[in-house]
Amino acid sequence: MKVHEHQAKEVFRKYGLPVPRGYPAFDVKEAVEAAEELGTWPVVVKAQIHAGGRGKAGGVKLARSIEEVQNIAAELLGKKLVTFQTGLEGLPVSRLYIEEGTAIDKEYYVAITLDRSKSKPIIMVSAAGGMEIEEVAATNPEAIITHTIEPFVGLRSYHARELALKLGLPKNLLNKAASLFITLYKIYIELDASMVEINPLVLTKDGNLVILDAKIDFDDNGLFKHPEIMEMDDPTQISSLEVEAKKYNLNYIKLDGNIACMVNGAGLAMSTMDTIKLAGGEPANFLDVGGSANATQIANAFKIILSDPNVKAIFINIFGGILRCDRLAEGIITAAKEVSINVPVIVRMEGTNVELGKKMLQESGLPLITADTMWEGALKAVEAANKQ
Amino acid sequence: MSVLVNKNTKVVVQGITGREGSFHATQCKAYGTQVVAGVTPGKKGENVEGIPVFDTVNEAVKETGANCSLIFVPPPFAADAILEAVDAGIKTVICITEGIPVNDMLPVKQYIKKYYPETVLIGPNCPGVITPEEAKIGIMPGHIFKKGNVGIVSRSGTLTYEAAYQLTTRGVGQSTAVGIGGDPIPGTVFADVLKWFQDDPETEAIVMIGEIGGTAEEEAAEFIKSYVKKPVVAYIAGVTAPPGKRMGHAGAIIAGGKGTAAEKYKALESAGATTVKNPSIIGETVEKVLKGNI
Repeated sequence: MKVHEHQAKEVFRKYGLPVPRGYPAFDVKEAVEAAEELGTWPVVVKAQIHAGGRGKAGGVKLARSIEEVQNIAAELLGKKLVTFQTGLEGLPVSRLYIEEGTAIDKEYYVAITLDRSKSKPIIMVSAAGGMEIEEVAATNPEAIITHTIEPFVGLRSYHARELALKLGLPKNLLNKAASLFITLYKIYIELDASMVEINPLVLTKDGNLVILDAKIDFDDNGLFKHPEIMEMDDPTQISSLEVEAKKYNLNYIKLDGNIACMVNGAGLAMSTMDTIKLAGGEPANFLDVGGSANATQIANAFKIILSDPNVKAIFINIFGGILRCDRLAEGIITAAKEVSINVPVIVRMEGTNVELGKKMLQESGLPLITADTMWEGALKAVEAANKQ
Repeated sequence: MSVLVNKNTKVVVQGITGREGSFHATQCKAYGTQVVAGVTPGKKGENVEGIPVFDTVNEAVKETGANCSLIFVPPPFAADAILEAVDAGIKTVICITEGIPVNDMLPVKQYIKKYYPETVLIGPNCPGVITPEEAKIGIMPGHIFKKGNVGIVSRSGTLTYEAAYQLTTRGVGQSTAVGIGGDPIPGTVFADVLKWFQDDPETEAIVMIGEIGGTAEEEAAEFIKSYVKKPVVAYIAGVTAPPGKRMGHAGAIIAGGKGTAAEKYKALESAGATTVKNPSIIGETVEKVLKGNI
């Protein structure tokens, strides 16, 4: 789960990390109040979206007066911000963060994430802060200093001091930087984060270390331990269909094509999307109904798929394992009674109780197109969508 | 022969009295697997379809000689369950549980590596392992598998079934199918299983099914280059997956431009694997490879 910058900074603040003063604002009035409360100029007005690259996209602006705060807030709020990370549609700005200005001398990068090839956390620091770290990694990899963290030992003072030294920080800040790195690792572990990132960590003109931008991604599987973090979820940042799908325990991601798919298992769901593309079509979504889907869930999956106006055909591809084919058939039949399915439905199913499932669908009298293999199903779906 | 599990494997099912645990323990037993014990703390003395339940894995091992564990324990307690099995001397631990926090797995993975280097952990978040017509230790539908000479290793459950089904309907059987799971910290990686298949005299060809995210497929490619002499047919799911979106599995995400299907295909092709872009022709391709037509 992603959270906003202001929420990540709130977490950092609780752990005693150096974060500039600032307040979130949901409308222009709150933005002005926040600036007044700060009482220093300039202030920075920052659009809060779940993506990076906001600065270049015009989502971070300096304001030197109440009037400027008003104007910038009015311009940003309600707008969709398009950055290199958001895709063409962009993400809606429904809140701002008003922060005191910081006089920057130097910018650094710090992040902790999982090194999957080692199955251990890794801390990365760089003096090339403020830039896109992917770009630095591609063009100037030696500018990134890394340290693999042993889970049993953790990140120790001497590891952290060494990183700070290699970063070339002023001597008087070595211990401060080291304790910042250690706290960051503490946050990563204690809160079940999958990534914590500070970009940039700033050396201010008056010689202090300040966290200027903060990002935390939380491991969805760890959220059950942290109800206070679950509350930070902002549904405006994902499509309303994805929010709806979550309610029914369905794993749905909206895509740009017109052939919807309904599949059990994440791997097979990706495969089905790939097969549709190979057959000359474009998938409208990723949808994994999971291993234990029941008839109600299947019916809800239909509703979600059909509320995407681009959908011209539905391809159901189920390999019955735990999810039995008869249960799927029951779901399709229930759904057909509850929602009007006005696009062709192609069904390919195989596995546990397949005979019973096929028989149920046949006897239901529903106008379904059947296929024996994934490839045949994809071809039929593309053909049906093109006819629409 | 086969790898990892066979008709002599004695299984203890952890979390056997739960809904999933009892259902699948029964299914595994019906397939012919020696399911000798179950564990649910506090339920000693009960039984599930004749399988005796114990309070601890230690007890189950002492009483029944179990040497393989199949775990259905819910996510908050699953990391503990793995460690309990490992400490009780179980040599093959298969964890089906989906949704274990990644950070819970950090110490588990390193502990096994350091103190029990001989112990194999499969999963978590995997369908399990099957040696057709001998032992089914997992949640896969047994009837789509057939005894034979093709080894399957996969990060995805349903794609394992898809591949096995395509092989079986063509009359091509499998030595063993291993689902290594879709989590960012897997107990076993492709390279481990590839080694077992290479060393298994009865396995003649290998099907490897990967997906986007991480670099496990690239590492597998390196291993194939240096060690695997048998033909490998590889498929990678997620060519059309957009970056930054987690495609169901916690591990299936293209992050920072890394982990794309294109990169993985490239690595596998340069290692000499036969790659297929269309998952519906996995069976057909294996058949051609076995006949020496590719």
